[in-house]
Amino acid sequence: MRVIVDLEKCCGAGQCVLLAPKVFDQRDDGIVILLDEHPPEAVREAACVCPGAAIKLEDLA
Amino acid sequence: MTNPASVLVVGASVGGLAVAESLRRDGYAGALTLLGAERHPPYDRPPLSKKVLAGEWEPDRTRLRADAALAKLEMTTILGDPAVHLDVLGRAVTTASGRRLTAEAIVLATGLEPRRLPGQAPWPGVHVLRTLDDAVALRAELLAASQVVVVGDGVLGTEAAATARAMGLAVTLVGPQATLLASQLGPQIGGHLAALHTRLGVQLRLGAAVEALVGDDERVRGVRLAGGEVLPADVVVVAIGSRPATDWLFDSGLRLGDGVVCDSRCRAAEGIYAVGDVARWHHEVLGTALRLENRSNAVEQGAAVAANILGKDRPYTPVPFFWTDQYDVKIQVHGFAGADAQVAVVDGSPEAGQFAALYGSAGKVTGVLGWNMVKQTRALRQHVVEGTDWSLVKSLRAS
Ligand SMILES: Cc1cc2nc3c(=O)[nH]c(=O)nc-3n(C[C@H](O)[C@H](O)[C@H](O)COP(=O)(O)OP(=O)(O)OC[C@H]3O[C@@H](n4cnc5c(N)ncnc54)[C@H](O)[C@@H]3O)c2cc1C
Ligand code: SF4
Repeated sequence: MRVIVDLEKCCGAGQCVLLAPKVFDQRDDGIVILLDEHPPEAVREAACVCPGAAIKLEDLA
Repeated sequence: MTNPASVLVVGASVGGLAVAESLRRDGYAGALTLLGAERHPPYDRPPLSKKVLAGEWEPDRTRLRADAALAKLEMTTILGDPAVHLDVLGRAVTTASGRRLTAEAIVLATGLEPRRLPGQAPWPGVHVLRTLDDAVALRAELLAASQVVVVGDGVLGTEAAATARAMGLAVTLVGPQATLLASQLGPQIGGHLAALHTRLGVQLRLGAAVEALVGDDERVRGVRLAGGEVLPADVVVVAIGSRPATDWLFDSGLRLGDGVVCDSRCRAAEGIYAVGDVARWHHEVLGTALRLENRSNAVEQGAAVAANILGKDRPYTPVPFFWTDQYDVKIQVHGFAGADAQVAVVDGSPEAGQFAALYGSAGKVTGVLGWNMVKQTRALRQHVVEGTDWSLVKSLRAS
């Protein structure tokens, strides 16, 4: 699975960091930092709860 | 308990979509139908009063999912056809166009309807802001306006005022409370927000009652306050709160009381669930009925409803979260703030335009608010989760 974040859509809620701290972090202004583009763990929940709809997942075949 | 063979979700927005996505994620393979009153595919509301109103985003950017992602959900989507009747025992929904949809489980996700001023008829220049169409219409009129009056001192009113002001318009905000967001954030933080709006040029008329809209055949011309003063306006935004969109359920036999009343599993009746802004459910940890009007709740509750439809029997006990962006200030709240709570700034300072504050009541931390302090606020959320003793809050200041 590949994770793509849209920095412009990110509203800095940090819900993703709460759910998957190994995959996401935040800058001081709240905007998301992607730590791991190909995380082993499922981050589907983070993608779903992201209030900015800023996290997209691509299933790699 | 076996899984239902079919699920119907009424309301095609963030809460309804969350139920559909969570069902599929949890392995539900049965029939799935999403029914929505609006003609738009599911879109996001928070940007409406911010990026869309400001013109920074094209309306289409608010779409929650691309067509391909929606197609993967393998559901029947019916848009532009509001539900008008629910038959609880027969598990059937009738729509405005005369469709009759049945399902073993039905989810009510119809959100809110904006309140209007008494006698507020459709009148050019008068706007509410709930839907994408509302936002596009309001933006078009703001572009041609010079004077705006916003009626409402809550989150939506303050955001609309901030956006209109940033567009260079003369903005007056009228509201009944002593300060902005007083009931949501309390007088202290509300006062900081009022100071921000004042500094950036919004005229605040707080503690004021609106008596009527005034205007002529052509359009609205202003707002009359109790006492007779008229605030002139080319555009009036009415943001005086919303009520659950439950009119269509009046003869369903469901219990309605400021929302669809549910148990701790978000279940309103056998096989009937509610999610998002429209749902009032019993929060087991807090021991009280609750209805939240925020984006994260709609999504998290959607996951909980999906799990319960699939027989998980899981109580829904979230730590609420909401945010608001006004000018360059990002306010975030985890847990409960509230008008009567104690407030202590534990990091940064309001003067510096960056701080985090804890809220407490009954001797415990109940909420944390961040004002341009995203990371610290997230870290402080743990005190909300744990209900840290309020007497320990002073010692947090230094750390
Ligand atoms: C302008 C604006 C700004 C916001 N900003 C923030 C913010 O910054 N942070 C935050 O946390 N929250 C914010 N919110 C709140 C957030 O958008 C809502 O909490 C969220 O949209 C709730 O989702 P929902 O699915 O429960 O309801 P809604 O999004 O209201 O969706 C309900 C849907 O049901 C449809 N419907 C209604 N009646 C029927 C019917 N009879 N039949 C079929 N369909 C029907 C409606 O057309 C609508 O599409 C904002 C809301 C608005 C309007
Ligand atoms: S949850 Fe979404 S909006 Fe929030 S910080 Fe993460 S990416 Fe940004």
